[in-house]
Order: sequence, then C-alpha cells, then structure tokens
Amino acid sequence: MARIWIDGHEHEVDPDRNLLEVCLELGYDLPYFCWHPALGSVGACRQCAVKQFKDENDDEGRIVMACMTAAADGTRISITDPEAHEFRRSIIEFLMVNHPHDCPVCDEGGECHLQDMTVMTGHDYRAFRFDKRTHRNQDLGPFIEHEMNRCIACYRCVRFYDDYAGGKDLRALGAHDHVYFGRQADGVLESEFSGNLVEVCPTGVFTDKTFKRHYSRKWDLRTAPSVCAHCSLGCNTLVNERYGELRRIRTRYNGAVNGYFLCDRGRFGYDFANSERRIRHTQLPQGPDAQARAVSAQEAADRAGRLLRDADERILGIGSPRASLESNLALRCLVGPARFHAGVEAAQAQLDRAVLDVLRHGPARSCSLGEVGRCDAVLILGEDATQTAPLLALALRQAARRQPTAAARQLGIPGWHEHALREAVQNATGPIYLASPAATRLDEIARKVVRAAPEDIARLGFAVAQALDPAAPAVPELAPQAGALAAEIAEALATAEHPLVVAGTSLGSEAVIRAAAQAARAAAARREGRPAELFLTLPACNSLGLAMLGGGDLDEALARVEKGDVDTVLVLEADLHRQAGPAKAEQLLAGAAHVIVLDHLATDTAARAELLLPCAPFAEGSGTWVNNEGRAQRWFRAFVPDGDVQDGWRWLRDAARAAGRKGHPAGWENLDDALAALGRELPELAPAAQAAPSAGFLQVGQRLPRATHRYSGRTAMEADRTVHEPKPPQDADAPLTFSMEGAQGPPPPPALAHDFWAPGWNSVQAFNRFQEEIAGPLRGGDPGIRLIEPAAGSRTDWFTPPPRAFARRQASWRLVPLYHIHGSEELSSLAPGVASLAPAPYLALGPGDAASLQVADGDEVEIELGGRKLQLPVRLRPDLPAGVAGLPSGLPGLYCPADPGWTEIAKP
Amino acid sequence: MEKVLTRNIRDDRQPPDLKAYVKAGGYQGLRRALEELAPQEVQKMVEDAQLRGRGGAGFNAGKKWSFVPMGPDAPRPKYLVCNADEMEPGSFKDRLLLEGDPHLLVEGMAIAAYAIQASHAWLFLRWAYKLCEQRVRHAVAEAYAAGYLGRNILGSGYDLDLHVHISAGRYMCGEETGLLNALEGRRATPRSKPPYPQVSGLWGKPTVVNNVETLCNVGPIVTHGSQWFLDLAPDSQDGGTKLYGVSGRVRRPGLWELPMGTTLREVLFEHAGGMLDGHAFRGAIPGGASTEFMLPEHLDVRLDFDGPPQVGSRLGTGTIIVLDDQRCPVAMLANMEKFFAQESCGWCTPCRDGLPWAHKLLVAIEEGRGRAGDLERLESMCRLLGPGRTFCALAPGAVEPLQSGLKYFRRDFERHITEGRCPWRTS
Repeated sequence: MARIWIDGHEHEVDPDRNLLEVCLELGYDLPYFCWHPALGSVGACRQCAVKQFKDENDDEGRIVMACMTAAADGTRISITDPEAHEFRRSIIEFLMVNHPHDCPVCDEGGECHLQDMTVMTGHDYRAFRFDKRTHRNQDLGPFIEHEMNRCIACYRCVRFYDDYAGGKDLRALGAHDHVYFGRQADGVLESEFSGNLVEVCPTGVFTDKTFKRHYSRKWDLRTAPSVCAHCSLGCNTLVNERYGELRRIRTRYNGAVNGYFLCDRGRFGYDFANSERRIRHTQLPQGPDAQARAVSAQEAADRAGRLLRDADERILGIGSPRASLESNLALRCLVGPARFHAGVEAAQAQLDRAVLDVLRHGPARSCSLGEVGRCDAVLILGEDATQTAPLLALALRQAARRQPTAAARQLGIPGWHEHALREAVQNATGPIYLASPAATRLDEIARKVVRAAPEDIARLGFAVAQALDPAAPAVPELAPQAGALAAEIAEALATAEHPLVVAGTSLGSEAVIRAAAQAARAAAARREGRPAELFLTLPACNSLGLAMLGGGDLDEALARVEKGDVDTVLVLEADLHRQAGPAKAEQLLAGAAHVIVLDHLATDTAARAELLLPCAPFAEGSGTWVNNEGRAQRWFRAFVPDGDVQDGWRWLRDAARAAGRKGHPAGWENLDDALAALGRELPELAPAAQAAPSAGFLQVGQRLPRATHRYSGRTAMEADRTVHEPKPPQDADAPLTFSMEGAQGPPPPPALAHDFWAPGWNSVQAFNRFQEEIAGPLRGGDPGIRLIEPAAGSRTDWFTPPPRAFARRQASWRLVPLYHIHGSEELSSLAPGVASLAPAPYLALGPGDAASLQVADGDEVEIELGGRKLQLPVRLRPDLPAGVAGLPSGLPGLYCPADPGWTEIAKP
Repeated sequence: MEKVLTRNIRDDRQPPDLKAYVKAGGYQGLRRALEELAPQEVQKMVEDAQLRGRGGAGFNAGKKWSFVPMGPDAPRPKYLVCNADEMEPGSFKDRLLLEGDPHLLVEGMAIAAYAIQASHAWLFLRWAYKLCEQRVRHAVAEAYAAGYLGRNILGSGYDLDLHVHISAGRYMCGEETGLLNALEGRRATPRSKPPYPQVSGLWGKPTVVNNVETLCNVGPIVTHGSQWFLDLAPDSQDGGTKLYGVSGRVRRPGLWELPMGTTLREVLFEHAGGMLDGHAFRGAIPGGASTEFMLPEHLDVRLDFDGPPQVGSRLGTGTIIVLDDQRCPVAMLANMEKFFAQESCGWCTPCRDGLPWAHKLLVAIEEGRGRAGDLERLESMCRLLGPGRTFCALAPGAVEPLQSGLKYFRRDFERHITEGRCPWRTS
C-alpha cells in the first residue's frame, strides 16, 4: 500500500493505480474525459489536472495529469489548488470554443458527461467571439446517429471501437482542430459493439438512433433493472419506458457479467416489443369460436380453465428457453412434471442437458463472463462467439492481450498506461487457439486457427485432453499435424495463469461439448488444483434454466400426440415452427384437439391456437433467467403494459383457478410465491429466490422509485382518455414503485439498482460511485447468484469415445449452422434496425465444392432438410472445409435444426 | 577555425561522392569505432565531447545513447533513427548538410547505430526535401556497395541496414515520438514519456532518435577524440561547432559554421553583414520559431545552450529569424501562430483548441479588430499552454515567441487596439 496526501488528507492506496482512479474511488470530484475504466489512461484531454508537490515544503508545485501519474508512495497533490482549478476550467473553455450550443436539442442532455464536467469546473462564460469549426455528419447505419460538431476530441470512440473491440472502419481522421471521427465513407458501422459508442462518447456525437425515433428526456423515463433476452450470456441492462412504450436499452454495470458494455443485438433488438406483431389482447384464432376480435381476460381465463378441466391428464405442456423460470415452473406444476416438455427439439435438448451435466459434475468450473477477460490462454472449440454470444468475443479479445501485456509490464510500464502498453505489445497475441468450420472475427486474435467440421473440432479437444493427461482416452487415427497442435495447446493451457476452454451448442455437436469439458478437466488435473475453467454457451436467455427444470422435449411431445394420448396442448412462449420446423410443428399442433398458446408475438404457432393469451415480454414482466454460467438473475418490468398483457405464469395461475385447482400455481399471488414454489419443487434452483430482494423489501422504510423526481406529465398523461388522476399501479412482484415516490438516499441492493446517479454525475460515469473499486464489483456484490458449483471429485470416468474423423461423402455435404448476430435470434430480428442487417437465406459453399457442382456465387441450388426440399442461393465462403456446407441458423422462414445433418445438393 | 560539418561542402553544394569523401578523410571514424572501440566506449567518447542535441533540446547525445539497454539480454532489434524532418520555421541547417555532404551523415548514423548495437537505422526525411532525398539515396547506395553498410561492415562482424523513409509531411513528425508513430505508419501524435524511446521506441523496441546535425558530428568526434571537439569551442562548456543561420532583412542571409558560443552580435553583424539599409535591428528569435525574442541589449549573449536561457530565451536550432523596425511584430507573430495552430496534431485540448484562438486574436488585432482584454487573454493562454500543461512541446514552443513578443512589444500591440489599425500599414 502507498501513502499519499490529497489536499492535506492522508490516504492509503494501491500504488499500481493512477491518481485519477484513486481520487474517484475516494469520492473526490475530479473531472476527466479521455480516461475510461475499461480503456485506461492516455493523457489527451488534460482535464484531470492537479497540482503535485515534491514534499511538504514545496509550496509551488507543478501541474500534472492525475490519470497519467502513479499513486506512488509519498505522492502529494492538491485538487483544490487555485492554479489547478483555473487550468481545469480553462480546458472546458477551450472545448467550448467549438462546441455548439446544442443542449436544448441534443439527445445527450441530462445524461451528458460534458455537461457535468462543465458544471464541475465552474466555467460558465463565453469569451470566444469567433466562428466555430463545423463538420459534415455521416450516415453510420440504423443504430448510431452522428453529430460531429459536438465532438471534444477525447478519442474515446476510436480507442473503444478499434483498440478494445477490434473494429476497423471507425477512425480518427484529419488533424488540429479539425479532427474527425468517422468512416472513410458513409455506411453501416461494421463492429458488433458499435452501440457502446453512445455510452463511451461523453457528449452527443454518437447517440442511439433507434431511441431518437421515440425520444424522451432521461428524467422523463421510467427505469428498471433488467437482463438481455437475446442470448445466453445474460448481460445486465436498464430498460426505459415512457407513455407505455419501451424506449431504449442501456448497460447496467455488472462486474461479473458484461461490465460496461453490451452488444448491438442486445442494445438495439428491443423494438420487437413495439412491433405490430405484438399481441396485447386475448384472441381466438382457430377452433369453433374462431374470431380475430379480442376476448376479455376473464373470459379467456374461464375458457382456459374449461379446457384444463376437460383435458384432465390428457394434456401436454411445452415450455420455452425464452420464458422465465417462474412461468416455466407454473406450466410444469399445472400439467405435472411428467407432462412437461421443453420447447426445443430433441437434438437441442440433448445439447442443453450435456452442458448442464458438464457444469454439475465438473471438475472444471464454469467461470463468469467477467472472468473470461482475465484468462490468459484460451481454447475455443467451435463457437463463433462474435455471432452467438458477442460479449464473450469482446472478453476474449481482452484475454488475448493478457500475456503480451504482462510481458510489456516488465519494461516498467504501469498497468493503466494504455498506449505505452499497446506500443510495447504491438500485434503480439496470447495463446488463443480457435477451431471452427468457417472464418470468424476472432481469427485475428488467435495464435493458430483451424478450419474443420464439428467432428474434427471435437477430436482436437479430446486430443488436447490426452496431451494434458495421458490417462484420458487417445484419439484414434489422429493426424500428426493435429497431434502437434494439440500438444502445443496443451502446453499453453498447462502453463497459463488462467486457462480457459470455450465451447457451446451452436454447432449442434454434443461431442464438441464433451471434448471441451474433457480438455478443461485434464488441464485442471495437470495443474494440480490450480484453476482451469470452462465457458459453454447455449442458444437462449433461459436455455440452462429450462434444462434445470427437467422434462421432455419437442420430439417426445410429438410422439405422445401422435400416439393419441393428448387432447390439449399448452404452449408457453415458444414458436414451434421455428424450434422444430414447420412439418413437425404442424403435426404436433394438428394432432391435438385443443391448442392454447401464451406468447407476446404473433407467430405461426400462435396462429394455430384456439386460445391465444398475451404474455409480457421482459420490459413488461418480471422474472428470473439462468444464464450460461448458471447465474440466476432477476429482471423487473419497467411499466404495466396496456391491454390484457400479463406474465405467463399469471395466465397459468388464472387458468388453474378457473379450473378449480388448488395446488401450484393456483395459490401464487406474486413472484415471491413462484420462487418459493421453485425452491420446494427443485432445490437446486432454490437460491434463485436470493437473486434479488423480495417484494417486501424496504429501504429506509420505502420502496424504490422507477421514475426520477423530475418525472413530468404524470397528471396530464391520461387526460385524452380521462380527466381523473390515475391511481399509480402497485407492483406485487418487486419492491419498486412506478412513480417517483420512494427512497432517494443510500444506494439500494445491487440487484435493484437502476438509478445510477450521484450529485454532479448525471451520466453513465456515475457507475464509478457504485463500485468498491473502479471496474470491480458493484458495492454490495454484483447481481445474480450462481446456482451450480461442480461437486469436487465427482467424475471418475472420461468421456469416450472421441468421434471418428470427418470424412467427406461422395454425393452429400455435411451441413453446419452458421450464426448471425443480426438475424439468427428470434426476438431481435423483429427490430427494424436489426432486421435491416440480417442476411437473406443462403447456402454457403467452399469454392472447390462450388466448382465441382458447377455453381457460382448467387446461383440457386436445392437441398433437403427435415424431409422437405429447399431452394437457396449459393454464397461462396473460401474458408469452409471441403465437404462442408453452411446453413444460416434461425433466419425467419428458414428452419435450421440444431444439427442439420447431411444433404445432397442439386441444381433445381 | 577548423571546419567540421562544412569542410566538404562546396559553394555550389555539389556533394563529394564516396571516393572524394574517403579521400578527404571520410569513414575513418567508422573504421576506428568498429576496429578499436567497444560500443560503450563510443558512447563515452561522444558524451565526454559534450555534443548536445542539435535538434533543439540540447540533451547530451552520448548520455542519451547510454540509456539504451545493452548486452546479450537486451531486447532486440534495436533501432537508430535520424530526424531529418526539418520543419521548424526559419530552420534550414539540416538541409545544407543533407544536400552538401550526405556521407557525413551516413557515417555518423553508422557509428551511432554501432554504439547502441542497433541493427536497423532509418533516415526520416522531410517530404519537401526532394534534392536531399536524391543525394542521400545515392550516398546510401554508394555506402552499401563499398561495404560501409549492410552485412559484416568493414569485416567487423557488425551488420546494419539503413533505410530512407520519406515523411508524409506534418511538423509533428519532427517530434521524436510523433516521428516514431509516423514511421510505424500511424497517426503522427506524440507519446507520453516515460517510457522513453530507449526503453520502448520503434515497435516497442529500444530506439534512439538524433538530429541530422548532431549525427554529422559523430564521425569527426570518433576520428579526432573528445578533447579535440571540446577545444573547437573555447568560449563554451558545450563542444564543437554550430551551424548558425540567419534570415530576415540582413545583408547576407545564410548559414555559417562557427564555434559553439559565438555571440549573436558576431553572427548577425559580422557574418550576416548587419541590417539592410534603412532597417534597424529590433530583435531576433535565435532558434527557429519556437524560441523567445532576444533584443539589442542581448547582442553579446553567447549562442550556446546555456547563454540564451540567461536572458529568457533558448538556442533551439540556432537558425535566427531577425525582426527589423519596418516589420510589424504582431503580423510576424500572427504568421507564426498560424503555422503552429495548423500543425497541431489535435491530440490534446489546450494546443488543439487554444492555438487557433490565439491566432484568431492576433489576426483580429492586426486587422484593427482587437478589443480590450485581448492581450490579457493572449497572456493567459501563454501560461495555460506552458510546459507540462500540454501533452508535448509543440504548444509550449508555440507560445514562446508570443509570450516574449507580448512582453517586449507590448506598446505595439496596444497601439493596434487603441488606434484600430496596424501602425505599419500605410494604407
């Protein structure tokens, strides 16, 4: 520890930090721009100037930049020194020379770091009387609005976009007071993380273009803590609402999960909740009373109750990996565990169960997303993380820098000296090894890249395991090249500080998952107890949670329906046409006399329902999901939705009551009841109740407000419908109010925290005030609770056998799913911006295979999938191994199974 | 006086080819270094000779070299870079050396590279110096052919590759760390020191950057010894000679090689012939645009690295810009600040946003649109853009002439404002 003095006060601090970080952590208000907790210090803006003194006798001192000065033992500085204060004020004055008077019309106003720092330094008078420099703006695509006149040249945008996130097309251009941050020409920003620019930019240069379409001032928005719905990572978000409409998504800091960032799918995919495909009233699409008109909620519940009573045991429930634990549990209780099925096809269910099995039995532990960035040697088996779980890709980019940066530190360069470290590191990358069928964005950070079919990827993983631990089974007929690579990877994992193996379900191969587990296990064994970790991704936000609830799968459900055992099918928030393909979905739904569907979107499955009940999506409901790590996280509604929309479990509860049932879920009044039932039914899931405080929680005797105390329009909002002031709705599920009334003082428990504000800090920089240590956990602990810790020493058997090598076939091709960040995920694809970037269906072929088939890029070919013939245009992918064809996963209208198997390819 | 830098330079500036250079005693220094001296001995020799950096900073060159990690465990490769990006307004001394005796530089670079055990050397040359480029490339080719560069130089076992790199053209590329970034193909913004280039320089490896004139002295020092070099400047603690340049309304603008520590009076009135008829000497900026004015009362100051600081100025590059009484000092300063504002790289706030403001104020004052408070604003800006406040030395250098001009020519500034016009303009 180092002793330093700040304005005469003595403090004990960590000498590896810089003075700016230390001052902020100690609660001092020191202004800054270019420093960012995730991006380090570069010393460009000169805003954080303080006066440093040689010793207690030095009363002259000199101006230094706090962000570029180590908090070394004996350091003496003054923040309040008049010269330093004057200098900081002058920096704002210089920035204001060109900054336009845009506040009243600028989207950033109210959460603008420049506004905050201007007020903090006290600059308030314009002496500059000449013309300002101006810029032309660019169209950067559907997500990011560009207004360059506001730029204060802090360089954060390119440091995040290029250095941190690996982007190539956003650059610093020009020089002197005409520096420009943009693309070489107008066009869609290529990085999957471009959305973070709206939070990284301290002014309104980069703002949320989707938010601009339905803009509202920050203080007029209701906020709730939430979780992203669009992949299995479970990044924490803040959802904002006004006038009953979901307006935007922002990052909610969670040091153990996503840190400061989100991906573009998570940030901009929310508009599905505002799409015209939303169902807000009960409908009767099919059956004897088929009509498009709405039916009252009471009548809907009664109808459901009648159907339940009539069906008795001849009922089948289909849950969903995108529905909450509580809703899935309600269905399971309603139909009984033996009749509960996961709304995923058998192949996928098997993969999800494999992941669960691996996590439960270890010995490798699943690390959190936050820990991935601190790993220094990684084996990636199969996953194209940039598309399937983008924040994982962002974390892996940081992992690739760990070892080279540690080497650079040997030159005496401090850990916060960002540019000096990057200069010393150059292009060096750590021991990152990547195996996948097609090229990925992460190829550029890998030391070695292997292109292979899933079987061979699994074989590589098994070979690495065997190289680490000779007791592990050998891979038969392993090519010498692969053996040498496996040995190299094994050495890297064995000797690293924090080795990691990454895999997932997206290739549809259980062998790959087992191979990853095997490699991680062997690494742990070789390292004699020093950590070796595993990170497995799944398709959806609650895939793991659904797997933990047990039950059958869609293929088993179809079998039961075909056997004639089922009268009534209850589908919860699942699009069966998408999950199992149109053929199986039609078969299943047609085989039941009655179909009840609960969902928030009009899907093909919903259109087959006799009774369609409108469920709440994440911003309008509350619940719990379990992410890929096994972390249970609670999300809360931002507002009470219009119409008859309510949580899925509430519909099931209403149906149960209408059917005269007494047991679960009929007795549930709120989320706490559901979670208590969860704990009793499935003890493994019991800790989920602790993911957030219960609805009865009070902070200084009050609940917590969703609205700020500047929230306006409350009494006028409904005036077009009624002049009577509406009674504020109550939230039975959370200790949160929908009004501005509630506790304003001390910070709430982190799982409820959604108003990250501190006096003088109205922007996202306020996260600093809610962390123990900057970029560390939130005060009170990062939200979410891990449910699975591997039982030590519980596994004695190795997974055998490793699969046979991939062998090309004469007349058919091995299909592998290719994932797209925009387009492959169900909900976000309905957001217009995301949809505009989604590809149209295609079949990817290597040039050699295309040549042998005599097809060129763009030509139509015919394949067979799930018993049906499909015509698709060819897209050449030079990186695909021979004999392998790529099929895009999850595109609307193109069913791609978890494991698409083999197909012939013909010209139509 | 014995000439060191210009002994081979002819009036028509035709450089000696390799044969002529060797005949005149060239490459003896390189030979002596490779055959008789260990690298660290060369460093010591140059340090003892008090060869101070001629790029303007005046840091002892041999001492700078001594910070490079040496020995078998030192990071490799190591690099030597010659900063030939001469763009300081008023400076044209390196151009003379590059055009007139390129082998002198090549030899100096080779010896310096040997002293730090660099395997590669770069000559980073200003884009506008086309004739220099032509002649230097020719000299380098000759040196390779004769075995003074490349593998196993003069049979010593030492290898060195020397590359000529043409700058893309900004003043900032002449700043040591900006140059390194430019050489790496990146934006020419400076780096924060520490770490110093000797620790992490070009591509993160140990690197030394030296000025052309500095390196041209290295061959003679190694040939004749440190004491000989010190003896060349009897009136100074610094060693060797200096190329002094003069521009402005003097009878003979030009360049002269003179002992380090020659007085301003001697340079201006003896060698440059004094002022043109009808023009009186008002002041001079001794070292290129980013230094402070020296006045008639300072004419007897010795122009080495220690003299001008005693009167609040700086030697800088030693190329003197003269202000006569027929020229408006405000206009002169407006012109200089325009250069600096335009050449700001745009990295740090005070330089990027402050210098254009200063320029706009000076133009306004010069055009009779100055207001009360403008001079105080300019003075305040000189303080705010001082050393340590900005990321590099461009802005502090930019305000050096402005700050001293405001001090010495205050009355002229005030007249612009109170009279609403420039007193030097007749119409």
